[in-house]
Amino acid sequence: MAAPTATRTATLQIRGLSKQFGSVEALRVVDFEVRDGEVMALVGDNGAGKSTLIKCVAGIYSIDDGEILFDGKKVSIHGPKDAAKLGIEVVYQDLALCDNLDVVQNMYLGREEHDPLFRLREAPMEQRTAETLRSLSVTTIRSVRQVVATLSGGQRQSVAVARAVMWNNRVVFLDEPTAALGVAQTRQVLDLVKRLGEQGLAVVIVSHNLNDVFEVADRITVLRLGRNVGVYERKKTSQQEIVQAITAGTPVGEAST
Amino acid sequence: MSSAAPAEVQATAVDGSLAAIARSRWEALKGGDVGFLPVLVGIVAITVFFTAKSSIFFTAVNFSNLIGQMAGTTVIAIGVVFVLLIGEIDLSVGYVSGIASVAVAEFQLAGSSHDYPGLVAIALALLIGAVIGAIQGSIIAFVGVPSFVVTLAGLLICQGLIIELLGTQGVIGIQDNQVNDVANYVLTKNTGWIVAAVFTGGLALATVGTYLSRRRAGLPTGNVTLAVLRVIFYGGLAFTAVAVCNHYRGVPLVGLILLFIVVLFSYLAGRTTFGRHVYAVGGNAEAARRAGINVKLIRILCFVISGSCAAMGGVIFASRLNSVDLTFGGGTILLDAISAAVIGGVSLFGGRGRVSGALFGGLIIGMISNGTDLVGSADWVKYVTTGLILLAAVTLDTVARRRQTAAGR
Repeated sequence: MAAPTATRTATLQIRGLSKQFGSVEALRVVDFEVRDGEVMALVGDNGAGKSTLIKCVAGIYSIDDGEILFDGKKVSIHGPKDAAKLGIEVVYQDLALCDNLDVVQNMYLGREEHDPLFRLREAPMEQRTAETLRSLSVTTIRSVRQVVATLSGGQRQSVAVARAVMWNNRVVFLDEPTAALGVAQTRQVLDLVKRLGEQGLAVVIVSHNLNDVFEVADRITVLRLGRNVGVYERKKTSQQEIVQAITAGTPVGEAST
Repeated sequence: MSSAAPAEVQATAVDGSLAAIARSRWEALKGGDVGFLPVLVGIVAITVFFTAKSSIFFTAVNFSNLIGQMAGTTVIAIGVVFVLLIGEIDLSVGYVSGIASVAVAEFQLAGSSHDYPGLVAIALALLIGAVIGAIQGSIIAFVGVPSFVVTLAGLLICQGLIIELLGTQGVIGIQDNQVNDVANYVLTKNTGWIVAAVFTGGLALATVGTYLSRRRAGLPTGNVTLAVLRVIFYGGLAFTAVAVCNHYRGVPLVGLILLFIVVLFSYLAGRTTFGRHVYAVGGNAEAARRAGINVKLIRILCFVISGSCAAMGGVIFASRLNSVDLTFGGGTILLDAISAAVIGGVSLFGGRGRVSGALFGGLIIGMISNGTDLVGSADWVKYVTTGLILLAAVTLDTVARRRQTAAGR
């Protein structure tokens, strides 16, 4: 993994992104970046444009203006497949898991390993699923052959996140990963988010909960009414300052180091 | 999940002792996963009841008859399983089977311009079923019309076509031997034994294969004793069935066809990517779509399977009576087929159930019909009993589903 210095280029960089829905400007000349091994929080009030930004990067919305750079090279993302090809994965709030399938089956959903006769190769799939969960220290799932319906909210979130990282993704977006969880399960998921960063992935976490954000994020990008407010280093800011930025906005130009 | 003991990630109890397996099964049962237990209890209860009531019920002759009686409905029910798995319904299967009956009779009709050999006639009938399924499936998948309405229209259209096709003569006799053999040919006794041996051998090979591939991957291999017992149980069942049939005339060919279709579609549903995608679409179509699964194609293919199986059922019905008339496709065929799938544990809500469930469900429906006829009960008894069992099956499914969700939170 790249050395943790400030000189490395951003894994994913967005420059001057604009997106309009009819007469509504959802995003106006927004910049955003995230680096390998970094947890970047994306915060803002409702309607700030967080979801729009994610969907632009994920290829669900086309962008009106601006550019997206991946590893410093300009890329065009026209659909979810382009994003997946680059290694950008989004874990949406609803997780998109099939309740009736077990953990292995969900991890490999749509990407099953099979032989030329389309027979499933269960053993290697089960093996790799167990390995992935172990590498993320997800230890509360007793069996990878458990049906997802029987898992708790935190465990489901863990499965969805593990699925996102199993496919050698570089950038993982987590949309409100702790919104529906209790205290213990929130802890599980936050630990998992930290480990993703430690493993060298570029992680973007969208959350309304500033306590969570301050616990896991290295940097915090604040959006307000579709514009950049600023990028803050967690260690050099306070929750108060972020709340201020979210609600009132402060002049852009808080350059990151 | 109240006391989730953080253990290493591993399969629960799969490599544990028999006691541990029994315990985890019991837990699963309490969690709402009843499996085939109610069905097995039902089969035993019905057998005991009718054996006490009629001296003919538990005989080799009646067993052979039962296979012939249940085969058509069960084959149709297997197709219905796929449609139910994706959370849809197919109401047209009854009259699609009727269309196939008429088709197979027409295509073998001596003296007509389309006097084809029996096997060709059967293939054409199956093709017609598949095409009807493809058309219905396409309308459902692409246009988004609810399957209930599309297949209800299909039911009416097929019914009308049968009347039109048979209109002038009202009945077509079947002289072709190949067609008639489907439901009436009986295997020689030795062939019967060979079938049982091949079935058991195949099951043993598959079990060993799974064991080896799991061991090579360093995964828990499960309890070996249990795996061996399973092979012995199903193998024993096959040999017993052959022994009973051979006590009379031998194994009916239609029984072998039924077994083949059950194994084929069980394999398709359980062991292939297609089957996995069917379950995924039934569980969460949106998740399946986002995972890159072609949901529309899966939907269409499930209706193609349903149509083809219905057609095969129709061929069996036609062959059994050596003729086709205006009653074909009607009666209780549709409701029996759907009931068989549901009684066999296939969920109406999609995503849960197995192909082999249709076999057990078909067996229960067949036994009730056969038993009430033997006892000489009035028709109403048959209907009421089947209705009550269906109601019990659906109630069980709904309760199981609720408990399973409750266990998750």
